[in-house]
Amino acid sequence: MHRNPSRPMAPHLTIWKWGPHMLVSILHRVTGTGLAIVGAGVFVWWLVAAASGAEAYATFVSWATWKWALIVPIGLTWAACQHILSGLRHFVMDAGAGYELQANRFWAWMTMVGAVLLTLLIWAYIYWRVTP
Amino acid sequence: MSTQTPLAEVRGTGSAREGARHWGEERLVSAATLALLVWLAVSLLRLPALDYVTVTHWLKAPFAAVPMLLLIVALFRHLQMGLLQVIEDYAHDEGNRLLLIALVSLAAVFAGALALFAVLKIAFGPSGG
Repeated sequence: MHRNPSRPMAPHLTIWKWGPHMLVSILHRVTGTGLAIVGAGVFVWWLVAAASGAEAYATFVSWATWKWALIVPIGLTWAACQHILSGLRHFVMDAGAGYELQANRFWAWMTMVGAVLLTLLIWAYIYWRVTP
Repeated sequence: MSTQTPLAEVRGTGSAREGARHWGEERLVSAATLALLVWLAVSLLRLPALDYVTVTHWLKAPFAAVPMLLLIVALFRHLQMGLLQVIEDYAHDEGNRLLLIALVSLAAVFAGALALFAVLKIAFGPSGG
């Protein structure tokens, strides 16, 4: 980009007050990028391990269920829930709805609240399933 | 009348007249990825266990292997288009941008192909492994 540094710059991100819609927009990109790199990586690892035999699969499981690494699957669950909910919000906005200030703010918050609740729900179910 | 091609067209800065199709494909692939990902999550949570025998046995069924293959195609196309969106917005240097786009696209195809091969190997492989 050729920019003349002597020209004034629009204030942009440095001056605007943060709102939930800005946060949810950048969260959509951050969670999407994280899922594309870490999430897809774990997904391919899981499938290739399953295709490589019982021993390779056992190695994957020992890593995936190591309690100090649980932050990765839990984090990926949250990232997926956040990305899905903000993605659904984008579908609604693509249809031309949800631009009123109140509605826009409300549903921006709801994607974030919903993502945390869904993550808790999924992991509560997993905990219940693995506890004898 | 000029016989020269407009500069904007030469430099690729004009409309390529395929924006609407690309926009539509993004939405369609996103919706497909969402539906198939929910299918995968529900299927995995419903399996009695996630050990080697259970998972490989499950992936041999047509109604598990086929959605899984479709999920891989949709997911890797979706993540490639998403990462390209981010690169196009934040990689301002043209050289870096083109290099990143090429690397991400090739990596997505490679990872997707690995995943497809793994599923096919399990699905068509001998039972019990």
